[in-house]
Amino acid sequence: MMFSGKVHKLGDSIDTDVMVPGRYLSLLDPAEIAKHIFEEVDPGFVGRVRPGDVIVAGRNFGAGSGREQAPFGLKALGIGCIVAASFSRTFYRMSIDLGLPILISPEVAAAAQDGQTIEVDTRNGIVRLDGVSYQAEPMPAFIQEIIDLGGVTGWVKREVAQRRAAGAA
Amino acid sequence: MGQTIAEKILEAHRIGGDQQVEPGNVVRAKVDFVLLNDANGPVAFRHFANMGGGKVAAPEKVGLVCDHFAPAPSAAGARMLGDMRRFARDKGIELFFDVGKGGIEHTLIPEQGYIGPGNLVAGGDSHTGTAGAFNAFGTGMSWAGMAAIMMLDETWFRVPESMRFHLHGTKAPYVTGKDVILQILQDIGVDGALYRSMEFGGPGIAQFNIDERMGICNMVVEAGAKTGIVEADDITRAWAEQTCKRSWSLVNADADAQYASRHELDLARMRPMVAKPYSPENVVSVDHLSGIHVDQVYMGNCANGTLSDLRQIASVLKGRKVARGTRAMIVPATQKIYLQAMAEGLIEQFIEAGAAVSTPTCGACFGGHNGALDDGEVAFATINRNFKGRGGHAGAQVYLGNSYVAAATAVAGEIIDPARL
Repeated sequence: MMFSGKVHKLGDSIDTDVMVPGRYLSLLDPAEIAKHIFEEVDPGFVGRVRPGDVIVAGRNFGAGSGREQAPFGLKALGIGCIVAASFSRTFYRMSIDLGLPILISPEVAAAAQDGQTIEVDTRNGIVRLDGVSYQAEPMPAFIQEIIDLGGVTGWVKREVAQRRAAGAA
Repeated sequence: MGQTIAEKILEAHRIGGDQQVEPGNVVRAKVDFVLLNDANGPVAFRHFANMGGGKVAAPEKVGLVCDHFAPAPSAAGARMLGDMRRFARDKGIELFFDVGKGGIEHTLIPEQGYIGPGNLVAGGDSHTGTAGAFNAFGTGMSWAGMAAIMMLDETWFRVPESMRFHLHGTKAPYVTGKDVILQILQDIGVDGALYRSMEFGGPGIAQFNIDERMGICNMVVEAGAKTGIVEADDITRAWAEQTCKRSWSLVNADADAQYASRHELDLARMRPMVAKPYSPENVVSVDHLSGIHVDQVYMGNCANGTLSDLRQIASVLKGRKVARGTRAMIVPATQKIYLQAMAEGLIEQFIEAGAAVSTPTCGACFGGHNGALDDGEVAFATINRNFKGRGGHAGAQVYLGNSYVAAATAVAGEIIDPARL
């Protein structure tokens, strides 16, 4: 997938409590959650995001509580992809399973400026900032397969179909 | 080549595939237990339906615990609890724990004997690593991933690199498992163990009972770890023999296991530690804090709501009162702990000291209910996180520390070393 948009630059160890405060954990509709992203710490954030925009963050993005409302809220808000120096592992796995593309690149995290135009080719892990190209870390083959199937739901459906076929044979 | 505890547990649960259990590889595995609560369960159930639904592949492995919105703080919370009851009934999940029947999942499930040494435990909650206290591999995962396990009775894991923490020396009074993990967070930071397994051992570990080991492993995720596991010893074996209802086996690392790093912790030099707002890595010794007035002291949650914690609190509160201008809340983690605390007379002491005691719930820990904080308020809590907004309003501040320090702080009205009361 290709994404082109503005960079929303964030720092290190951005936690899921600031992304989606605990009191919204009983919200299950992604569009409703999207309205509250970063509400306490940056109330203007939601209004600044345009579809296809990219979050570029520092180390350990998505730290703390495992909250699926965080990646699916960001996706519903229109964030096309997230590039970070590193991710918290629950956030990383949740994003893959939901089909939200995420890339690891300390170089992009260091170079990107807030508001800059960014292009991301998630399939090949290539990021362009003002004409300069960066190669993000490649995904392990098994994880790339899940992403290609649109997330873990597609992967499970394929597994179930394969098991049925094997059982019928 | 020798293996770490995490590698051995993954090896024992691996199914098929050509990938070896080596750090960085992805292996497919069957887990022993799937742990969902009323915050992540309802989302996982929707994924389950989208995946095709039908029967849960291994319903006996699934535990559903109502703890986040229990008792329901609002109609929306009640709806989450309703989803749990419906799924449990429709899918034939026997291990369903409603309000009044259980407690906080990470304390409850091992207490009831459903997980044990050598087990592989997947949970929707990030504090599933608490299972490491029992020599099990517990890890928090994605909620869609939890639905996938319920569909297929299998999942995948990237094999983590391991870090070894060697504890030695004799600890001083008022130093607990909480201080071990806070000291480590001070040393390595909130991403110091990212994607890794933290393995705890050495002669010093025998000074920490099962409850205090839970306090250590509960917060490994605060360092970014995938899991944290205490090596098996006589304490682990005695607990398992007395408690476990399912199969278990003690697991220890090989002498030539490979670690990404090794860390020494001298317990003799360890002090009661406190994490200041707004990060669990912002840790100082309690000796460095003075004159910090506290509006609320919260004692409980999946890190420190054990019977050992309640006894520690009582040892400080006995014959004393909660300070004027400060309120204290004590939340036993499970119904069984609550009952035992009553039998020992601890609850009476808490109430006589002027503390509020509540039914088990995660409520105030995530700023949800049952003790949320307003703008400008300062709290001391035995919980695991103090991010901005965690306790309620983003303008509130939360300090984290052990149960002795929390109880002493409630009495003094400001953060204080229990030895100075």
